Amino acid sequence: MTPVASRDGVLHAVRDAGLAALVAFGLFAPLVGLRTDVVEGGLALRGRWDDVAWLVLLAFVGRLALLLLAGRRLPRLTLPAPLARAGQYAAPFFLGLALLLPWLPFIERYELDLGILVLTYVMLGWGLNIVVGLAGLLDLGYVAFYAVGAYSYALLSLTYGLSFWVCLPLAGILAAFAGVLLGFPVLRLRGDYLAIVTLAFGEIIRVVLTNWTELTGGPNGLSGIPRPGLFGLSFTSEEGGFADFFGLDYDPVHRVIFLYYLILGLALLTNWVTLRLRRQPLGRAWEALREDEIACRALGINVTVTKLTAFAIGAMFAGFAGSFFATRQAFVSPESFTFIESAIILAIVVLGGMGSQLGVAVAALLLIGGTELFRDLAEWRMLIFGAAMVVIMVVRPRGLVGTRTPSIALGEKRAIGGNYVSEGH
Amino acid sequence: MSAMLRMEGVAANYGAVQALLDVSIHVDQGEIVTLIGANGAGKSTLLMTLCGDPRARAGSIAFDGEDITALPTHAIMRRGIAQAPEGRRVFPRMTVRENLMMGAEALGQPGDELPRVLALFPRLEERIAQRAGTLSGGEQQMLAIGRALMSKPRLLLLDEPSLGLAPLVVKLIFGAIRKLNAEAGVTVLLVEQNANLALRLAHRGYVLVNGRITMAGTGAELLAREEIRDAYLGGAAS
Ligand SMILES: Nc1ncnc2c1ncn2[C@@H]1O[C@H](COP(=O)(O)OP(=O)(O)O)[C@@H](O)[C@H]1O
Ligand SMILES: [Mg+2]
Repeated sequence: MTPVASRDGVLHAVRDAGLAALVAFGLFAPLVGLRTDVVEGGLALRGRWDDVAWLVLLAFVGRLALLLLAGRRLPRLTLPAPLARAGQYAAPFFLGLALLLPWLPFIERYELDLGILVLTYVMLGWGLNIVVGLAGLLDLGYVAFYAVGAYSYALLSLTYGLSFWVCLPLAGILAAFAGVLLGFPVLRLRGDYLAIVTLAFGEIIRVVLTNWTELTGGPNGLSGIPRPGLFGLSFTSEEGGFADFFGLDYDPVHRVIFLYYLILGLALLTNWVTLRLRRQPLGRAWEALREDEIACRALGINVTVTKLTAFAIGAMFAGFAGSFFATRQAFVSPESFTFIESAIILAIVVLGGMGSQLGVAVAALLLIGGTELFRDLAEWRMLIFGAAMVVIMVVRPRGLVGTRTPSIALGEKRAIGGNYVSEGH
Repeated sequence: MSAMLRMEGVAANYGAVQALLDVSIHVDQGEIVTLIGANGAGKSTLLMTLCGDPRARAGSIAFDGEDITALPTHAIMRRGIAQAPEGRRVFPRMTVRENLMMGAEALGQPGDELPRVLALFPRLEERIAQRAGTLSGGEQQMLAIGRALMSKPRLLLLDEPSLGLAPLVVKLIFGAIRKLNAEAGVTVLLVEQNANLALRLAHRGYVLVNGRITMAGTGAELLAREEIRDAYLGGAAS
C-alpha cells in the first residue's frame, strides 16, 4: 500500500473513517448509551450519550490515523553509523560499570540491592538464552529450574549444614537433572506444543513445592537459610568475621557488596560459558537445531543429545541463580516461582534479540531496573512494563540487538544485520 | 559381489499411511543410480528410511555388508552416507562457511574437505561470508550438496536437487554431480522428478509408483520405455 498523500486519498480516508464511526455508533449506542439502573419500584433507563460520543470519536480518529499512516512504514529504529560503532564499546562499558558500581559515590544500599536484582535477571536471561535463543526451544517453564536450585540449596544447607560453596554446584547439578527430566518427554515437540508442556512443567514443580509440606514447608516455605561466607569468613559483627579479620569496622553493607560481586561473578560465568560453547561444535549444533531440525537429522547430528544438553545447561545456570536467590533472601517459598517469573525472563530474552548476550543484559536492565523506577506507581507498573515491551517489539522487531555474529569467520568478524535475518525460521 | 547399498523388501509407514511397500533396490560402488517417480510416490520416504527416520517396518537395509536397519540416524550417517535433503534446508541465519562446517562438525570431523567443496562450487567461495538465507535457490542447492560432501561420504543421497531451479542452473548442478562421481568416485543415489535429465545422468534407474518399485533398468533402457515417456516425460520429450 502506498502512502495516502493525495487529496483524493484523504477524502477517501475520511469517508472510510466516517463509516467506521457509524458502525461504532451502531454498536455502542445500545451497549453503552443505554443503561438500566435499579430504582425504587423497578428499572429506569438512563442515557450515557457523552460516553458514546467519546467512543465514536475514538473510532473515527483511530481509523483515520490507521488509514493515513498505514501506508507509511512504522518507524524502525536503525542506529545511525556513529552510534552503531559506539555499540561495540557497549559491552566493555557495561562490564566496567558493573565492576565499579559498588564504589561509585552515589551508590547506596538501595542501588546495590537493585543492582543485585538486575544481575540476577541478567543471569537468568543468559541461561534461558541458551535454550530459547541458541537452541530455539521455546521454554515457558524456566522458573522451575530456578526453584529447583533455590530449594536444593535451602534443603542441603538446612538439612546437612553444607556450605554455600558446596551446595552451589550440587544445586546446579540437580537443576540440570531436572532439565533432562523435562527434556525427555518433549524431545519430539516443537513450537507451541513445546511451550505448553514446559509451561505445565513449571506449574507442576510449583504445585509440588506447595504441597509437599514435610519436605518443603509447603506455602510457608523454608526460612533461616544460612548466608554464604567468603573462604569461611562470615559477614557478621562477631570476632573472626570478615570485618574483624580485615580490621574493618563492621558494616552490613559488606555483605551486600559481597552478594553483588557473587551474582556478578555467576552471571559472567554464564556469559563466558555461553560464548565458549557457541564456538564449539555443541553450540553450533544448538544453532543449527534452531534453524532447521530436519537438516540436522540429515547431517547426522544427534538431535536428542543436542536438545538435552541445551535443556540441562540452561537449567544448570538457573539452578546456580536459584541458589544465590535462596542465600540472599535466607528464605524461599513457592510464591517466588510463579509463571510471571518465567514470562519476565522470556521477555528479557526476546526483547534482547534472541541469542544476543549484550541484548539480554540491556533488556534486563531496562525491564527490571526500569520497572523499579516506577515502583511508586504500584498497579501502573505492569502496564508500563507491558507497554514498554510492545514499543520495543514494534520499533525493533528482532529485539534490541538483532544481529548475529558468525562463530566462524575469516579474520575480521562481520555481524549479520538483523534486517537480513529472515523471520519465521 | 555385494552391493554398497542394498534394500531388501523394505516397508515404511507414517502412522496409518503406508508410504513404502516391499521395496528392493541396490546401489553398487561408483554408480549413479536414480529413483524417479511422481509427487507423493514415496521417493523422499525411501531416502529417509535409508537414514533410519522413519524406521523400516519390514525388510532389511545393508550398507557395505553391514545391517543398518535398526541403527539410529546419527549412527547411520557416521558410516559414510550423507544426504542433501529435499528443499535444500540450509541454515538460513548462518553463513555459507558455517553451513559447510556444520556438515563436518555434525560427525565430529575437522572439515578438511572444505577446499575441495569450494573447488567444486566456486560460487560458494565467492559467497563464503554471506548468510545462507540470502543465497539464490541454485546457490542454496550447491550449499546443501556441499554441506553433505563435507563429511566425505562414500554414498551421497540427493533429494530433488533440480526442484524449482532454472534449466541453466540445473545443468550446472548435474554437471557437478557427474564430476563428483567420475573424478572423486562418490556413489550417488539421486531422487528426481525431472526424469529426463536424471535418466541421462544416471547409470541405472528405478521407478517408484505409490510406494512400490515398478520398473528398473539402465538409464538408456528406461528412457526408451514408452510408459516412462508417457508418464514422466510428458509424452514428447526432447
Ligand atoms: N511426515 C509425514 N507424515 C505423514 N505422511 C507423510 C509424511 N511424509 C510423507 N508422507 C506421505 O507419504 C507419501 C510419500 O511421500 P514422499 O516420500 O514425500 O513422496 P515424494 O518424495 O515421492 O514426493 C505421501 O503420501 C505423503 O503424503
Ligand atoms: Mg519428495
